[in-house]
Amino acid sequence: MSVVSVTAGPKRGWKSISTWIGAMIVGIAMICAIFAPLLVPHDPFAQDLSKRLLPPFWMEGTNPDYILGTDQLGRDYLSRLIWGCRISVLIGVTVTVVSALIGITIGVLGGFLGGRVDDAVLFAITTRLSIPVVLVALAVVGLLGSSMTLLVLTLGLLLWDRFAVVARSTTMQVRNLDFVAAAWCAGCSRFRILSGEVLPNIASHLVVVATLEIALAILLEAALSFLGLGVPPPLPSWGLMIAEAKDYMFFSPWVIVIPGVALFVLVLGINLLGDGLRDMFGARTDP
Amino acid sequence: MLQFLVRRLIVAILVAATVMTLAFILTRLSGDLAISIAGPNATQADVETVRKAYGLDRPLTVQFFDWVGRAATGDLGESYFFKTKVSKLIGERMPITVTLGLTGLVIALLVSLPLGILAAVRENTALDRVVQMVALLGQAMPSFWLGLILMITFGLQLGWLPISGTGSWQHYVMPGIVLAFSAIPALTRLTRAGMIQAMGSDYIRTARAKGLSRASILLKHALRNAAIPVVAIAAVQLGFMLGGSIVIEQVFALHGVGFLAWESIGKNDFPVVQAVVLVLAVIYVALTMVADLMNAVLDPRLRGP
Repeated sequence: MSVVSVTAGPKRGWKSISTWIGAMIVGIAMICAIFAPLLVPHDPFAQDLSKRLLPPFWMEGTNPDYILGTDQLGRDYLSRLIWGCRISVLIGVTVTVVSALIGITIGVLGGFLGGRVDDAVLFAITTRLSIPVVLVALAVVGLLGSSMTLLVLTLGLLLWDRFAVVARSTTMQVRNLDFVAAAWCAGCSRFRILSGEVLPNIASHLVVVATLEIALAILLEAALSFLGLGVPPPLPSWGLMIAEAKDYMFFSPWVIVIPGVALFVLVLGINLLGDGLRDMFGARTDP
Repeated sequence: MLQFLVRRLIVAILVAATVMTLAFILTRLSGDLAISIAGPNATQADVETVRKAYGLDRPLTVQFFDWVGRAATGDLGESYFFKTKVSKLIGERMPITVTLGLTGLVIALLVSLPLGILAAVRENTALDRVVQMVALLGQAMPSFWLGLILMITFGLQLGWLPISGTGSWQHYVMPGIVLAFSAIPALTRLTRAGMIQAMGSDYIRTARAKGLSRASILLKHALRNAAIPVVAIAAVQLGFMLGGSIVIEQVFALHGVGFLAWESIGKNDFPVVQAVVLVLAVIYVALTMVADLMNAVLDPRLRGP
C-alpha cells in the first residue's frame, strides 16, 4: 500500500509528542468511562438544594468536598463530569460501530465490484452528503422522543459517508494488486478474497477514519443534547450540562467552562491520536 | 462539456428526488400525525377533524405523490402552526441564514488562506506546526460552546458586540466567527497542501529562474493554482454551513431557516420540517454542482471522456 516516506520534517507517529498527549487523553477518558461508578466522589444524580452552584476549587467560597463545585440543583459537578465522559465515549464508540458497519460494507462492495454497483454506491454517498445531519437527527429525536438507542441509531445511519468513501477508494487500489490476482488464481471465493485479502489491507485506513468519526459523533451528541433533543435528562451528557447551566453562565461562567473544556480536550485528544495513527500507517482519509 | 453538465444535472435531480422521499418518510416516523397535531387535550372527534382537514386520512402513497407533485412546482404546502405557505416562511427566513453562511465563509477564507500559505512557505518549521495545531484546535471546538464563551467575553464582559438577535451587521460577527470555525481546519489544510504542491512544480522553478520576486511567485503563480480546489471546497463548505447553522442560530437567537426548523420540530409542524430538509439538500446539491463546474472549467482533465 501507499507508504508515505517521511525523511525530513517533524517527528511522526509514536515519535511525536502530540500522539502521546492524544493517547494519554484518550486513556484517561477510557478509564473514566469504564470505571465511572467507582470513580465518582458523589452520586451524580443526587440533588441537594442547600448546596446549589458551589464554586470550584480555584474560586472563593469553595467547598473541599466538591472540587469542581455543584450545579443549579446542587449535584456534584465532578461526578457529573465523569459520568458525562462515560456517556460521550459510549455514544462515540457505538455510533462509530454502526456507521462503520454500514459504510465499510457498501464502500468495499462498490470498490470491489465496480460497474453498476459502484454507481449506486456513489449515488448513495452523494445523497447522504446532501442531507443536513443536525437537522435530520433533531427531527428524528424530536418526533420519536429522546433515548440513547434512538440517538445512536440515528447518528449511525447518518455518519457512514467517510467510511464508505475511504473503504471504496482503498478497495479499488487493493483490488488490482498482485496478491489479489494470486488469490483469484488459487480459486478463492469472492467472500474469501474480500474478508481475507481486501479487508486486512484497508483496515489501517479505516481505523484512522474511526477516530475521526468517534470525535465527530461526540461533538454531534453534545450539540443535540445542548438543543434538548439528544440524551434525555437527568443523564449528565456534557452538552446537556452546558444547556442546563446556560441560564447561570453570565453570573458564574465556570458552569459552562468546565463541561465545555472537557468536551474540547476529549475531542482534541482523539484527533491527536488519530493524526498520529494516520502518519504511522501512511493512511489517507481525505474524501 | 455539455455532456458533463447534463450528467451532473441528472444526478442532482435524482438526489433531490431521493431526499424528497426520505424527508417524507422521516416526518411519518412518529406514527399518527393527527394525534400529535391535535394536541394532548383533543377528543377523538377533534383528531378525526384534524385528520380530514390536513388530508391525513388519505393513503400514504396518495399523500406522498401529492407532496412530490406540489413540491415539483414550488408549492411546499402550508404550515400547521403559522397557517401560511411554507415557501413564504422559508423565503422570509432565508436571508438571515444566507447572510450568516456567507459571513462565516468570508471569515473562514480570510483566516485559512493566509494561514495555509504561511504554513506552506515555512513547511516543516515551528510556524507550520503552529498552523496545523490551530487547525486541530478548530476541529475539536464545540461550536455552540464557543458561541456561549464569545457571548460571555465580548457581549457581556467587554460589551463590544450584541449578544443575540438581528438588526445590524454587528449581530452577525460572533455567529459568523463561530460558523467559520467549522470550515477553517479543512480550508487551511487544503490551502497548505495545494501551495506545497504548487511550489514544488516546474513552472514555479521557471518563474524563479526568470528572477521574479518572491511575492509575485507566491501570489500570482502558486496561489492561483492552489486556489482551484480551495474555491471548489469553499462552495461545498458553504452548503454544510447552511445546514449546520441550526445550532448557531439557536444559540444567538437568529431567526433564520435553522431556527424555523428547530421551532417546527418542537411543534410537530411537519410540512415545514420536510420542506427545510429538502431546501437545504437542494442548495447543497446546487453548490456542489457549482464546485464541480468551477473545477471543470479551470481544469479540463476533470471533464471526463
